[in-house]
Amino acid sequence: MTQVSMTVNGKAASGDVEGRTLLSSFLRDQLHLTGTHVGCDTSQCGACVVHVDGQAVKSCTMLAMEADGSEVSTIEGQAGADGSLNVIQQAFQDHHGLQCGFCTPGMVMSAAALLKENPKPSEAEVRAYLEGNICRCTGYHNIVKAIMAASGQDVGAMAAE
Amino acid sequence: MYNFDVVKPERIADAVKELSDSSESQPLGGGQTLIPTLKQRLASPDKLVSLSAIPEMKGVCAGDDGSVCIGGATTHATVAAEASAYPALAATAAHIGDPAVRNRGTIGGSLANNDPSACYPAAALASGATIVTNAREIAADDYFQGMFTTALDEGEIITEVRFPVPEKANYQKFVQPASRFALVGVYVAKYADGVRVAITGASNDGVFRWAEAEAALSANFSADALDGLSLSGDDMISDLHGTGAYRAHLCAVMTKRAVAAAA
Repeated sequence: MTQVSMTVNGKAASGDVEGRTLLSSFLRDQLHLTGTHVGCDTSQCGACVVHVDGQAVKSCTMLAMEADGSEVSTIEGQAGADGSLNVIQQAFQDHHGLQCGFCTPGMVMSAAALLKENPKPSEAEVRAYLEGNICRCTGYHNIVKAIMAASGQDVGAMAAE
Repeated sequence: MYNFDVVKPERIADAVKELSDSSESQPLGGGQTLIPTLKQRLASPDKLVSLSAIPEMKGVCAGDDGSVCIGGATTHATVAAEASAYPALAATAAHIGDPAVRNRGTIGGSLANNDPSACYPAAALASGATIVTNAREIAADDYFQGMFTTALDEGEIITEVRFPVPEKANYQKFVQPASRFALVGVYVAKYADGVRVAITGASNDGVFRWAEAEAALSANFSADALDGLSLSGDDMISDLHGTGAYRAHLCAVMTKRAVAAAA
């Protein structure tokens, strides 16, 4: 076992891990941050997306030891301390960007990464960026609409699906 | 996954030493192929030597001869953002996998793995790139030796890849929609001394050059020059996503599209 230390949602966190411990396992099983979901466990679905040093990564496909010393952000760090939703989360609620909610943590974290590098994306850019995030409920339309709305763009003309 | 040790050296020499210490050690690039492979227990190293903490293996720079040099541990996202001196290469990197995969996956990892459907092998072969390792320089024509097979020796690390910048180039990928790997991908690069065409995703022997298309395009760089040329599907990958004949047909179609789009 090796000790790893990282900053998770602004707070220092550390624990003992094996070489094979995935970042997703460390977050969920040791830090009890179970908002990061493991859907496919094969790097396809994106439910496990978190930010490591500001970049979106699939935490089921990164070793915890590779994140040693990093700044990690998860879905738990998105809302305010008082529980108020951030702009992206509120937009998902307002535009029905989720049904079962399983993919939502990854969707929100991917959306946050997109809007950081491209604050006013086109609809096509949003859809392209979500290539690695799979949703089996919504058909994506309302997720795209929510992200467009979160970017401050008018979504009145987008079809209600 | 079976368990393994992980070490994170900060210098190439230390990584080479770590790899030579144990016969069951393996380099870890971004892990976007290796970690899924380990999960399936298709590999069981007792030590992974992470290459992610070696600054001298990261980044994009201009070589003295005008080439674009990319550190072996440079992620696809960084190549997409910073290889502006070679736009077709940057565009290729920008469409590998998905955004989160591109933030981890590395050029050295992709070339070392030489997946028969990966994008970078086509870019490197069509560009006549030089694969630089801790021990030597290997021409792309000598480097790719068949599906998942390369000229690399055990414990040898790709430290840098040098791409001569072509006059025109383009990569066209026909995406297999579930995996997002290339069902067939064609990279065309036009240099002063001729055109090179490399195809990924199609052959059972991995990435290959299409000599007839290169000759025709070197004489006349237009999609029309490819009329009548075709490849046999007999030795091509045949699976539930497409037969060998289907892939052979796609090779010609995607080559024409790449020529038409080359800039």
